[in-house]
Amino acid sequence: MKILVAVKRVIDYNVQIRVKEDNSGVVTDNVKMSTNPPDDNAIEEAVKIKEAGKAKEVVAVSVGEEKAQETVRKALAVGADRGILVKVNGVIEPLAVSKILKKIVEKEKPDLVFMGKQAIDDDCNQTGQMLAALLNWPQATFASKIEVKEKTLEVTREVDEGLETIEVNVPAIVTCDLRLNEPRYASLPNIMKAKKKPIEQISAGDLGVDVKSRIEQIKVEEPPKRKAGIKVASVEELVQKLKNEAKVI
Amino acid sequence: MSVLLIAEHNNKEVKPFTFNAISAASQINEDVHVLVIGSNSEEVAKSISQVPNVKKVINVNNPIYENYIAENYTSVIIKLSGNYSHIICSANTFGKNLMPRVAALLDVSQISDITKVISEDTFQRPIYAGNAFATVKSNDKIKCVTIRPTSFDPAPTSGGSAEIQNGDAAEATEITKFIKKEEIKSDRPELGTARVVVSGGRGMQSGENFKLITAVADKLNAAIGASRAAVDAGYITNDHQVGQTGKVVVPDLYIAVGISGAIQHLAGMKESKVIVAINKDGEAPIFSVADYGLEADLFDALPKFLEELNKLNTIQK
Repeated sequence: MKILVAVKRVIDYNVQIRVKEDNSGVVTDNVKMSTNPPDDNAIEEAVKIKEAGKAKEVVAVSVGEEKAQETVRKALAVGADRGILVKVNGVIEPLAVSKILKKIVEKEKPDLVFMGKQAIDDDCNQTGQMLAALLNWPQATFASKIEVKEKTLEVTREVDEGLETIEVNVPAIVTCDLRLNEPRYASLPNIMKAKKKPIEQISAGDLGVDVKSRIEQIKVEEPPKRKAGIKVASVEELVQKLKNEAKVI
Repeated sequence: MSVLLIAEHNNKEVKPFTFNAISAASQINEDVHVLVIGSNSEEVAKSISQVPNVKKVINVNNPIYENYIAENYTSVIIKLSGNYSHIICSANTFGKNLMPRVAALLDVSQISDITKVISEDTFQRPIYAGNAFATVKSNDKIKCVTIRPTSFDPAPTSGGSAEIQNGDAAEATEITKFIKKEEIKSDRPELGTARVVVSGGRGMQSGENFKLITAVADKLNAAIGASRAAVDAGYITNDHQVGQTGKVVVPDLYIAVGISGAIQHLAGMKESKVIVAINKDGEAPIFSVADYGLEADLFDALPKFLEELNKLNTIQK
């Protein structure tokens, strides 16, 4: 079995986001970038399946700027066998990403495609489901447990009411929840080894995919600020404030 | 053109966020049609027909829809999509799973999780875990939009009498099978809609200690929330998680206990009307969003808090 894992380069989750003064977006210059956190879970799961002898190859793919190569490289350092970078400049919407990934799937013919359930930058939560639709493959979203069976996967999904279990035929798309596993850190020797693993570079144009934005971003603003609160000295004072000032109890 | 809203239900009852989605839909266009895909779901169709904002209910009834499978829902929606300018549903795990599959087949760039309708093609939505808000305009012919339920008031549930029309089922998928759903039953208000939420974090130190949270929640008729750290540590189940990748809550009162206030957690609760933080670390980021902060050891403060609440005796149920 072959697993393709899609990874995205995003602003690191610990960075305090700043909105640009001209409201055209958020500041990304000189800001620490990392792999989208649930994409780390996707890589980890694929590598674990390979280690369990149930997959032969794990291929990491990223769609983004030249620097997204670092994100692919990180996937290689934790166990992916080789990488693909589809180069695109500027903002690219999930619909376009899924069309690009479809081309990669047609070329690579994986049995499974894994990715994070949501990117923490645009918070869209779309790409996996869209790719599944375009390929007419089953989708197992928000996975917190994956069991590889003969020709199917049994996937436990995190849903609002609790947990749901579904069985999907292979080939399938799985989008991963943070609770799926604990991603490993890359060891120094593995980081060194990853430098020798191949990363194929493709430009989106060569794939014949229209990546033009359908959505116009009019402006980006700071969220409304909460007015500063106060510290109370005791539980008694807290309860009095909640009752008499805020009137919520 | 009209708006097609996809109802979420369990074949017996309408899930509450459907009503929030209906009110968002009617802000886009008054001609709101609600699609109920289910099995023996007549009661669901009937209760939705009583929402005054709804002009028509389309009931697609077939045993293949006994359980919600996105692949099956998508085929029904695609068949009806030609008559609509907008397709809408809630941005909870139901809608997040469903809408992108529909949008991709219609070749539409979906707009996720809107918090405001500005016009019929322009919406506001949070990005970066709510640390920025983007105003975006869709240039697609059909607009596929998911709405953040807590940003819209639920539509009234009585007074209307919309026509109920039966719709056709589509072909059943063979690639995905429903196996089971483990719903966590509780007598408490639902986390997403509760007026008061009491949440615990890593500071609780164990699942056993959550009984302190439970006692306060019982007294306040509150839902119980948790930070991801508490869920990951196994103190409490995942359906309690509040945050960027968990639930977004907007209660009148949110009490954060032993929660430091990571960006990801704040994303799920900072729109709450009144926020209380109880934490022994005075520098914890949670205090920056709290209206009332109490710097104290939660193991002293919570029992005392309960005692004071008991003295009040005026808790609204």
